[in-house]
Amino acid sequence: MSIMEYNGGSVIAMVGKECVAIASDLRLGNQALGISSNFQKIFPVTDRIYLGLPGLATDVTTLQELFRFRVNMYTIKEEREIQPETFAHLVSSTLYERRFGPYFIEPVIAGLSQTPSGGFKPFIAATDLIGCLNFAKDFVVAGTASSKLFGVAEGLWEPDLEPEDLFETISQTLMNAVDRDAYSGWGCVVHVITKDKIITRTLKGRMD
Amino acid sequence: MANAGGGAYSFSLTTFSPSGKLVQIEHALAAVSQGTTSLGIKASNGIVIATEKKSSSILIDDSMVDKVAVVCPNIGIVYSGMGPDFRVLIARARKSAQAYWKIYGEYPPTRVLTQELATIMQKATQSGGVRPYGVSLLVAGWDITRGPSLYQVDPSGSFWAWKASAIGKNMVNAKTFLEKRYNDDISLEDAIHTALLTLKEGFEGQMTEKTIEIGVVTVPTIEELEQGKIGGETGRPTPTFRKLTEEEVRDYLAL
Repeated sequence: MSIMEYNGGSVIAMVGKECVAIASDLRLGNQALGISSNFQKIFPVTDRIYLGLPGLATDVTTLQELFRFRVNMYTIKEEREIQPETFAHLVSSTLYERRFGPYFIEPVIAGLSQTPSGGFKPFIAATDLIGCLNFAKDFVVAGTASSKLFGVAEGLWEPDLEPEDLFETISQTLMNAVDRDAYSGWGCVVHVITKDKIITRTLKGRMD
Repeated sequence: MANAGGGAYSFSLTTFSPSGKLVQIEHALAAVSQGTTSLGIKASNGIVIATEKKSSSILIDDSMVDKVAVVCPNIGIVYSGMGPDFRVLIARARKSAQAYWKIYGEYPPTRVLTQELATIMQKATQSGGVRPYGVSLLVAGWDITRGPSLYQVDPSGSFWAWKASAIGKNMVNAKTFLEKRYNDDISLEDAIHTALLTLKEGFEGQMTEKTIEIGVVTVPTIEELEQGKIGGETGRPTPTFRKLTEEEVRDYLAL
């Protein structure tokens, strides 16, 4: 059995119209045994960047702390907030530093990046456990339910969804995908990032 | 004990004199002020840095002497003082810029690179077995957060941001000249001419494209930025800092 499936859990991110959404399940398991139904895998990085860390639970905590450290140092040194593109590269290089003894995490990044003209552009990206970046225009998936998430997202996602429609799409995608995965589920959390607010909602799911 | 200059305190780099000075650093500054004049002027749409390039012999091929150096596509540096020390610092600056690129996938803002250089220069004032760098630097660059910025770094490791500054021989006169000439809405073209006029003040010999070096930062337009962010054909950012060719320098001198 792969260490990537030891604790279970899945994350998905989607692009909407001037907004992005990122969502995960809340399960923490020990193989097939459920341990917790409130294990957060998504963390805020800045006001406009969220980071999802599905994979081995111990590395979720380690990486969350490592990225908090590196982003704090960046913010102080450069006297500016990190942009999603820059943060994605930071994630990539941080993971590749451990190329031959990797963290068992496949991060998902969702955020709004500032354009030179002062507007905001949706940004999502995902990497594998050694930091190979995947910039997607529509959606990215990761975790034990990734194959199912791919299928459902392919069917439900459409371009230029408004925040509330995007919320519905990502919620349905995640809820239905994790129901087909024994290692993911036990409730979900969804964040929709818009230019002036974050919508965070916790969803109830099947408890079997 | 030798008593030239600072007496006993002039040898140990890391010992304060009773009056609170680190004499070796002051000597380093003296080395800088013997170096050829360099200057930088920030304009509304860019920055110019320029220097005098003096050859000790007519037999030297001065087209191979570089006093204005490109660090990364958005930052360039000019110096006054000791050439070899500058070469070492440039190598460090380029390495640091590439290391930054490896982590963040973009080149460092001017301030971050300047800070890095200042740290390197400061280390040489506190470590054993080394001497301070015998150069002052003018760092000119452009970045998305701060726009065009011009910094000066001294052998002590201190650094400041300037609207216009001069270093090296004649720096006092040159600064007074710049103070008279400078205003906030000067254009890059005007700034280049002011730079040449300022250099002319203390120039020994003929000012030609062989004896002047100029580097410019041009501020990209918003349209250029929106395109440039993707990276274009090569995936490389379009340079905002460049050195003027001998032909371009000749044209500016002719005006």
